[in-house]
Amino acid sequence: MTTAGRRVLPVLDDTPVDHAAAAAAFNADEARVDWHDTALWFMREKRDHAVDLVAEWEDLRELASRIKEHTLSRLDDYLVEFETAATANGVHVHWARDAEEHNRIVHRILEERSVRFLVKSKSMLTEECGLNAYLEQRGLDVVDTDLGERIVQLRHEHPSHIVMPASHLTKEEIGETFAEHLGTPVGGSDPDMLTAAARVHLREKFLAAHAALTGVNFALAETGGVVVCTNEGNADLGMALAPVHIASMGIEKLIPGVVELPVFLRMLARSATGQRVTVYTSHIHRPLPGQELHFVIVDNGRSAQLARPDFWRSLKCIRCGACINTCPVYRRSGGYSYSATIPGPIGSILSPGIDLAKYSTLPFASTLCGSCTAVCPVKIDLDTQLYRWRQIAMDAGLSSRQKRVGARVGALFLTSRPALMFAGRVLRMMQRLLPRAAMRRLSGAWGQDRDLPVPPRESFSAWYQSRRHSGGPHDRA
Amino acid sequence: MSIALFVPCYVDQLYPHVAIAALHVLEQLGEIVHVPAGAVCCGQPSCSAGFERMGEPALNSFARTFSAYDHTVVVSGSCALHVRTHAPHLGAEGRQVAERTAEFCSFLHDVVGLDRVATLNATLNRRVGIHIGCHGLRGLGLASPSERQIDPFNKVRALLETVRGMRFAAPTRPDECCGFGGSFAVAEPAVSAKMGRDRLRDYSNADAELIVTTDVSCLMHLQGIARRDSVSLPMVHVAQVLAGCAESAT
Repeated sequence: MTTAGRRVLPVLDDTPVDHAAAAAAFNADEARVDWHDTALWFMREKRDHAVDLVAEWEDLRELASRIKEHTLSRLDDYLVEFETAATANGVHVHWARDAEEHNRIVHRILEERSVRFLVKSKSMLTEECGLNAYLEQRGLDVVDTDLGERIVQLRHEHPSHIVMPASHLTKEEIGETFAEHLGTPVGGSDPDMLTAAARVHLREKFLAAHAALTGVNFALAETGGVVVCTNEGNADLGMALAPVHIASMGIEKLIPGVVELPVFLRMLARSATGQRVTVYTSHIHRPLPGQELHFVIVDNGRSAQLARPDFWRSLKCIRCGACINTCPVYRRSGGYSYSATIPGPIGSILSPGIDLAKYSTLPFASTLCGSCTAVCPVKIDLDTQLYRWRQIAMDAGLSSRQKRVGARVGALFLTSRPALMFAGRVLRMMQRLLPRAAMRRLSGAWGQDRDLPVPPRESFSAWYQSRRHSGGPHDRA
Repeated sequence: MSIALFVPCYVDQLYPHVAIAALHVLEQLGEIVHVPAGAVCCGQPSCSAGFERMGEPALNSFARTFSAYDHTVVVSGSCALHVRTHAPHLGAEGRQVAERTAEFCSFLHDVVGLDRVATLNATLNRRVGIHIGCHGLRGLGLASPSERQIDPFNKVRALLETVRGMRFAAPTRPDECCGFGGSFAVAEPAVSAKMGRDRLRDYSNADAELIVTTDVSCLMHLQGIARRDSVSLPMVHVAQVLAGCAESAT
């Protein structure tokens, strides 16, 4: 087993991501790629079965898309409505312009209450903000309680997938990690045994925690409440036991109200894991008796994305991960190849908006096959946005000189028949004269794993010319 | 009805027999087909590599070349989708050309009709794996994509069902991308080739004796991998089957 699949990549520095190189490293172990591809495709198949049971699926997609587009089109109003209602419910509402401000706010809340130990449930936003590292540097203990997130936390890794954070790991690798950290038998990899061990381990953490932080799946402007969807009950246990509950959310989580909610609840779990609905769907409106409840509303580049005519629809995303599971490139390059909080197609249209120079290769980590767009429950035009980011990245000069020159030369052949005919003749001649091994070397990246086509005697153009000269059947043009 | 055939640059130079087969099919159906000398390429290679402005002259030339025809038939789903998506940005002429540009199979299915296609009387005694390029499939609607919850249809299969003796293999992933993806093939060679190998294995495991595709670009990629790996799985374009010359091509 190579280490390619478990490499920890620095998410928070600004080294440009070389997706192709990372993908090539992942592909050094083909058996592992096959395992990863099969595991993720299984989720896609489960999704298909779950969706097949909903006759009105395409109508739901359209409805969900329109609700999200409507909400985003007047997000400022809905955010204020949400804040007003939440405040009236006794919730402390905080606004964070960026990751740093989010982390500062959370830290201040915890410090003012002398909290030393925080349990967290699933939150990709806090991954985006780097909250764990921020709090740990300030002497706090943070434990992720989602099983997958706990696994990657114990291994000092980052989630490789937004719904299944440890989907890059085999049960044997998780067994090793648990043997080291939780004292399970060495060599043990039975999922039930591992889960039971995690349960005992996490139960202690829940009971000892002074505060709980959760993510948010949906925020209802009308009622000022938030909805958290989980399968493990860890969010509920955390927020029910701790005296302080903080829910962190991006501004795009808003929907108008409770009437719209079921549209999304019917789609989220089906799209994510093929379940009809998540095991727990928790509605949080006001603090429990004796508890403090905080909502931290985060922008961190979202309003900038909202202002981009070609890309604002990316904010419709409900983080189901269906585009990730279906992506033939993600399945064969692994989550870490993207070096971003959100991998896969959705990450590749969000990340360039955060740091174009760092993420300029991600829009090219796609064949533009369109499976992501077709699977998306809220109808994000992912492949179109990938195409548009490619234009922006190249306009910004974020390509090698070799690629720019290649593109210029290529464009010449594409507009001039004599140039194309000449190139074709040279290629056909070379293929006839040179040995296969030489052509393999000359054909560069194409020739790594592929032979060139067997050259024909003459081009179609030449054939068509000679047919016309010999008085072919349709010699009228 | 004036019909033009557009032969994409790489088909012209490397797969002339596919274009000849497409021309023969249309002529056998009684159509008068022109192959005008103007346009060489639709410009897609530049555009999908992120250089839209460099691709624009080619698309302009395409629009000028084909504006006079009622139908422009393209031997590639990918090129047809590019024209249909981007030519409208060129103005009135571009909009008209976009509307009148059709991929070969969709033209046969939607304009010519299955009854007339059946008169070609093609025969091929093979179990085939159908490979519809993603742009033709999801972009042009050649078949119902597996992601969508819509009534299943497959225009390419419908065309091939007119061929006597033809049987169909059922790969486990009916519409997984083959990994070509234009510039993706050379920008991401590792994943591209892996996708191709997986696609070939799926067809082989489904006992396909022949891959029949809508896109020569997918074919060039899959065939290149098959040759390198010594996988014996012949591949042809739909036009070659309908023209009755698939057997000799394999």
